[in-house]
Amino acid sequence: MPASTHPSLSLGPVLYLWDGPKWRDFYFRIADEAPVEHVTLGEAVCSKRLHFIEPHVAEVIERLEGAGKKVSLASLALVTLERESQLVRGLVRDSVHPIEANDLSALGLLAGKPHSVGPLINVYNGATARLLASRGATSICLPPELPMASVRDIARDAPDVVFEIFGFGRVPLAISARCAHARSKGLVKDNCQFICGEDSDGLIVDTLDRQPFLALNGVQTMSHTCQSLLQELGELTAAGIGRIRLSPQDCDMVMAARIYDDVATGRCSPAEGLGRLTLAYPGVPLSNGFHHGQTGASWIAAPAGSPPWR
Amino acid sequence: MELICPAGTPAAFREAVDAGADAVYCGFRDETNARNFPGLNFSRDELKTAIAYARRHKVMTFVAINTFMRAGQEKLWHDAVDDAVRLGADALILADFGLMAYTAERHPEQRLHVSVQASASNADAVKFLVETFGAKRVVLPRILTIPDIARLARQISCEIEVFVFGGLCVMAEGRCSLSSYATGKSPNMNGVCSPASHVRYREDGSELVSELGDYTINRFPAGEAAGYPTLCKGRFDIAEERGYAFEDPVSLDVMDHIDALRDAGVGALKIEGRQRGKAYVAEVVSIMRRAVAANADERPALLSRLRRLSEGQKTTSGAYEKRWR
Repeated sequence: MPASTHPSLSLGPVLYLWDGPKWRDFYFRIADEAPVEHVTLGEAVCSKRLHFIEPHVAEVIERLEGAGKKVSLASLALVTLERESQLVRGLVRDSVHPIEANDLSALGLLAGKPHSVGPLINVYNGATARLLASRGATSICLPPELPMASVRDIARDAPDVVFEIFGFGRVPLAISARCAHARSKGLVKDNCQFICGEDSDGLIVDTLDRQPFLALNGVQTMSHTCQSLLQELGELTAAGIGRIRLSPQDCDMVMAARIYDDVATGRCSPAEGLGRLTLAYPGVPLSNGFHHGQTGASWIAAPAGSPPWR
Repeated sequence: MELICPAGTPAAFREAVDAGADAVYCGFRDETNARNFPGLNFSRDELKTAIAYARRHKVMTFVAINTFMRAGQEKLWHDAVDDAVRLGADALILADFGLMAYTAERHPEQRLHVSVQASASNADAVKFLVETFGAKRVVLPRILTIPDIARLARQISCEIEVFVFGGLCVMAEGRCSLSSYATGKSPNMNGVCSPASHVRYREDGSELVSELGDYTINRFPAGEAAGYPTLCKGRFDIAEERGYAFEDPVSLDVMDHIDALRDAGVGALKIEGRQRGKAYVAEVVSIMRRAVAANADERPALLSRLRRLSEGQKTTSGAYEKRWR
């Protein structure tokens, strides 16, 4: 029997551009206070941003490991330039920490080494999960758009893999060679002046009818809503999901992690957890539509009178 | 260079063959391909007839099975592969690793092409697919410049096909859930993007509003032509700025760069447009056939005819030119 009967919490990489000290202090606090077991860190979105965090990576890893967290390093999601290919090759060659593959180059280079697979790799079925496992993948964070029916089926089909579900955060929806964030401020990607750093929690895109819709994060487009699968922790646990990923937002992530931990361990109900979550990340509506096979932006409330998941 | 032409219907298929395609690509009438639109695509019998017609004219048929297998319903995708092989497809265009593995194992002799939806954007990614599944060709995502492609071509051992004309994805292909975020239907899972079933137009005063699901994608003042509300080509507000946040309603046209693409090592030029009618396909293919063969002096006249066929008449070279970024 496994030691715990509920999924552990995992912190995904900070997807936004935060300046070095802010990034460092965020992880120091996570190390000291957050009930997360795994932390994946590193720049996954844009290779131009790497120098902001590089000076702090070693001290952050030391602090996290000192606090007993398991640390993995994220590879870049979009690799087109020779410099970016070299970065991925260097990471795979030199890292003493497990790597999370976020593009096909990392996936190829990691063959035969134990590694993780990030949510931006297309794993839509058990056959793909098994193939990746046969090449060395030990854990896979499934794509956020997958409905529960697929999650359940994949987890059953590849029992040797630890599956992780994107349980909290703005959903990374798309990535482009073009930087819409720079363009929105009259700049282009090649001379972007790191303008995405001005928006530490993304830059909101509204429809022409003043409806908040998306959030720009450099070359990445995210949801405006924050995906939250607190109500669904029970069925995810029953399906054998091993980890819940919390994707850092510029909010009190220690509080967010405590809420997920409290619900996962039965110390508080999902409904109470959701109430607390709206205080931890105020002003951003929650969504869970992808999980329920609906429009991703939608919120599907738990049926009235449904029992707490334990 | 080969000219790879789209066919959404048997009639368009014959037109593409007659107009000078080297290969025609098409898909089955279900969710196994990324142009799963009502009224489009091929039954097994229609594909059989089409392949026979292509063979008589020494033209190849590529079958796109380029969505991702839905967990628990893999049989739909396996059957598509088995039937395409049985019917004599010259190549299968695949995106899903699980399906590539199935194909490589069950049909080791079958030629396998990597779909643009697989998002293989660099040499190590392509090597992974060549070594693992025996891929013979990669269709590159529309996120690379021509110098990027030239550098890539020198490092890999498989053929390169690129999109040169037609619809333009702004986001890296196969890695975009914008459509399912707004409608529940996505390219990867359902073979659709911004599907017509979720599109609505309504009048608001003097403006025509286009909507996708619950979201306004554009507003057109009287006199402005209303375009289809493809999510990434909509008008939005960001802070105080109003405009096309991701891309204008343009289509791709890199025919001015044919020689540079050839020099870069591109072996096949692909035309997007399986949703287009047979007259469009016939005209585009026939002009492009001549443009590829023409010398640089003769080409501009041909290309100006081609441009008149483009969506909204506005075109872009997209990521093939660095300044697009």
